[in-house]
Amino acid sequence: MSLIKFTKDHEWIKVEGDVGTVGITNHAQHALGDIVFVELPEIGREVVQGSDTAVVESVKAASEVYAPVDGEVIAINGGLTEEPAQVNIDPQGNGWFFKLRLTNPTQLEALMDSDGYQSYLEGLA
Amino acid sequence: MTTISGHRGLEMDEPLIFELDAPGQSGVDLPALPTTHTRLGRVAARGPIGLPGLTEPEVVRHYTRLSQKNYAIDAGFYPLGSCTMKHNPRLGEKLARLPGFSDLHPLQPLSTVQGALALVDALAGWLKALTGMAAVAMTPAAGAHGEMCGMMAIRAAHDHRGGPRRPRVLVPESAHGTNPATAAALGFAVETIPATADGRVDVDALKAKLGFDVAALMLTNPNTCGLFERDILAIAQAVHDAGAFLYCDGANFNAIVGRVRPADLGVDAMHINLHKTFSTPHGGGGPGSGPVVFSQALAPFVPLPRIIHGDDGLRLAETQDEDDGTTLAYGRMKAFHGQVGMFVRALAYTLSHGADGLHQASGDAVLSANYLLARLKGVFNAPFAGPCMHEALFDDRGLKGTGVTTLDIAKALIDEGFHPMTVYFPLVVHGAMLIEPTESETKATLDQFITTMTGLADRAKAGDTAWFQAAPRLTPRRRLDETAAARKPVLRWKSES
Amino acid sequence: MRYLPLTEADRRAMLAEIGVASVAELYADAPATTLLPGPIPGLPGHQGELEVERALSALAARNMPAGSGPCFLGGGAYRHHVPATVDHLIQRGEFLTSYTPYQPEISQGTLQSLFEFQTQVALITGLDVANASMYDGATACAEAVMMANRVTRRHRAVLAGNLHPHYRDTTATLARFTGFEVVAGAPDPRGRESLVDSIDDATSCVVVQNPDVFGHIHDFTPLAAACRAKGALLVVVVTEVMSLGLLTPPGAMGADIVAGEGQSLGNPLSFGGPHLGLFAARDKYVRQMPGRLVGQTSDADGRRGWVLTLSTREQHIRREKATSNICTNAGLCALAFTIHLSLLGEAGFTGLARLNHAKAVQLAGKLGDIDGVRVLNDSFFNEFTVRLPRRASKLVNKLAKRGILGGVPAVRLFPEADGMSDLLLLACTECTTEADMDALCRALAELL
Repeated sequence: MSLIKFTKDHEWIKVEGDVGTVGITNHAQHALGDIVFVELPEIGREVVQGSDTAVVESVKAASEVYAPVDGEVIAINGGLTEEPAQVNIDPQGNGWFFKLRLTNPTQLEALMDSDGYQSYLEGLA
Repeated sequence: MTTISGHRGLEMDEPLIFELDAPGQSGVDLPALPTTHTRLGRVAARGPIGLPGLTEPEVVRHYTRLSQKNYAIDAGFYPLGSCTMKHNPRLGEKLARLPGFSDLHPLQPLSTVQGALALVDALAGWLKALTGMAAVAMTPAAGAHGEMCGMMAIRAAHDHRGGPRRPRVLVPESAHGTNPATAAALGFAVETIPATADGRVDVDALKAKLGFDVAALMLTNPNTCGLFERDILAIAQAVHDAGAFLYCDGANFNAIVGRVRPADLGVDAMHINLHKTFSTPHGGGGPGSGPVVFSQALAPFVPLPRIIHGDDGLRLAETQDEDDGTTLAYGRMKAFHGQVGMFVRALAYTLSHGADGLHQASGDAVLSANYLLARLKGVFNAPFAGPCMHEALFDDRGLKGTGVTTLDIAKALIDEGFHPMTVYFPLVVHGAMLIEPTESETKATLDQFITTMTGLADRAKAGDTAWFQAAPRLTPRRRLDETAAARKPVLRWKSES
Repeated sequence: MRYLPLTEADRRAMLAEIGVASVAELYADAPATTLLPGPIPGLPGHQGELEVERALSALAARNMPAGSGPCFLGGGAYRHHVPATVDHLIQRGEFLTSYTPYQPEISQGTLQSLFEFQTQVALITGLDVANASMYDGATACAEAVMMANRVTRRHRAVLAGNLHPHYRDTTATLARFTGFEVVAGAPDPRGRESLVDSIDDATSCVVVQNPDVFGHIHDFTPLAAACRAKGALLVVVVTEVMSLGLLTPPGAMGADIVAGEGQSLGNPLSFGGPHLGLFAARDKYVRQMPGRLVGQTSDADGRRGWVLTLSTREQHIRREKATSNICTNAGLCALAFTIHLSLLGEAGFTGLARLNHAKAVQLAGKLGDIDGVRVLNDSFFNEFTVRLPRRASKLVNKLAKRGILGGVPAVRLFPEADGMSDLLLLACTECTTEADMDALCRALAELL
């Protein structure tokens, strides 16, 4: 069974077993506007929670995508290089960025669940 | 309206020069080659390049037509905040083309370029007098390059003093993007200082961040909101008490030139964009020139080359060995001796104005900006109370609920025959519109602009959103698809064959 | 004051509208102790155009223009003939007095000409893409090294000893303050330096120059292969862009980045600035490039047009994460370059390059006939090095007294290196006449 958690920097992480798939939220893609470029990490890179792991760019803005938790990058969504618009079209599906093998899954507990993220967004408005 | 030719009156549709190729043609007639063998060694002569061939009349027409697709300060009001689009006197162009300046090789014997060295020295003298500073580095090629030079001097000075490592640089959140970019390039950790509700540096927040690990504060004064940092003396004191230096981004020096000397404010280093304050032409994006003035404390830490007054005239110290022993010069910023062609123009501007004219020019620039602020603050929302300096800042609060954005206002202004103000900068204000009229405009032009802005605001409030979103309509091109340009970059022409 | 259109009546009316009594009140935020009541004392007052022209003409008159006699100066700046058309067109106010094209709908002239510039630079260097210019060749070189460091995530650059020393020093200055390492070879006037062995797994790039500072022409194909084998980039510097009309371009030799000086096309010597930095690279590195880029797109009516693009690399968006802090570049100098190269076209550019080479070959032949003068180069484009039987700098000063700018003494470029004092760099361009060459040879025969 899978679990989805959210960060204050507007990443989501969907966890299946010891693998987490990471992307940016619908709110984040909407705020950035048309995504024109995505820079993905190399496979095999070890990342710690909060470290710059990918970059997402629109015409007028560039933003880091941070690792929501510690882990090793085991897959990247190469399709985004050709078609970055997927991040706008399907941010929480085909628009995923990278997959991590989690090395410290207890960090997940401190992230927000869906309801928590919704109320966090309402607080920002 | 479409035409058969694709042209529209004076506005000609013009292909790329590569698409006008008539192979073999040239706009230059060359003399016959002397008969010699070649001495290229083992490297082969190159194959075809793919450059188009055109005769002189075709090239003249092509670039004349292209020029007609540009807005320019010569043509109309260009209130691009933070960029200072003031009148460019043509005297500077004429003088820079005197063979005694334009046709000087940088490596001629120094005895043959004494006038050029004197020119650089004369402009340096003016810059020191106008800023009250002890020294000036003339070689940086543009404002951002000057920033680099100034921050290098600060690093060199700290290194020379020894003492604690100072890895941090503080930058107010309203700063130009070059400030954090420069500091980060030099390996500093950049920390942002928040602004107060009245658009100035929060002195308490600054003091809380200052410490013996801070190398410098990079401050723009007047700041990017067009406001004078009224706590500047307290800021300088706090920075100096921490053993740090005060770097001033001199982009807005034009507001205070001839009226306030940065040295009196406690500034240690400041670059001067000659294309802003001293009106060398912007040229569609350069060339610029960014001399840096230094306080006594930083005066020894300058780049090479330097001009030195010697026994038999002026000379250039191009290496540490050739220096006169008064500096700890740290090396070269670029090839040769600076943007000398721009110095000619800047000196012509300075001599034309004189001390009284510069005083009047900054006063007129500030007066014009405050006039716009006073007349437009009931039309658009001004986030900060005046008086402002050389530019008036508005946000998009007044547009809330209309569906019209700052960008739409800018594009509608284009159809009205004005170059838009700077939009969405500074970042500290939502939907910023930064209007810099400069001292070059008549009151009638300012009034016409005010009437236009007022009319556009009324139209926005009347809910004419679709009209705004379709603007501009009267330009050589309408809104361009920047998303497509960035997703699949096409950065050069390629032959279809 | 002829540049200030507000009348006293305007000023009074504007002050009344604002609600203050004087302009000084508008400066109320400046500390009172720092506000000057009037013009800065001790500085001269405003002057008319005639007076300013007189003052600056007097300074100009104290210089010896390079064109006032035979000129053989090179060393990174070259005296070429610029067609009258170039200067006429770049002085059109629409080009001269516009700013960076932030509003593309009313900047298509600048944008399209920069797109043409980018294409021309890519074509002549043999690389995929070029940016919209840098400050000059030396800063382009330094930026190329920074870019190679980013691409390879390594921090050690190897600079050829025969790289122009100003380029070396500019790069070294940046290295010192931004924390990367520069290993510079010793200059070799014979042009026989080999860098293959200096590349290792920590090398981010090798920077070489073609023709090198002493004029030698190199085939860098083997060096490019050696770089590739070690994962380093090859940066080729070109200080005489005219050479690209004749020589195999760096891209064809395997260069990853070309950093060049474009002054020779369209731009006057101007005592060393403003000149024009050229920057080209392979496609795959485009997002690591510094500087502005113009891209093609279409407008709301579907018509082709141009915009500044990929600006997320730049300082105004990335701030402390930008690829470079550059914003203003050398726009008008790039336009002059583009117009000059458009006038030349394929036939003119390649023909002019051949003419430059032929002139230098002619001069080398004449100098070789003088006793005691030895040409060091086996190969060269339009500049070469000679060994003299005496100190070159003294000789050059004596030649200047006779109205001849007789080349660049190597010590002027390498004051700290040994064995340079009797070396002289001599350059020819299309401006050099046979009479110029003969005047130089006659003077040398007398002075040596």
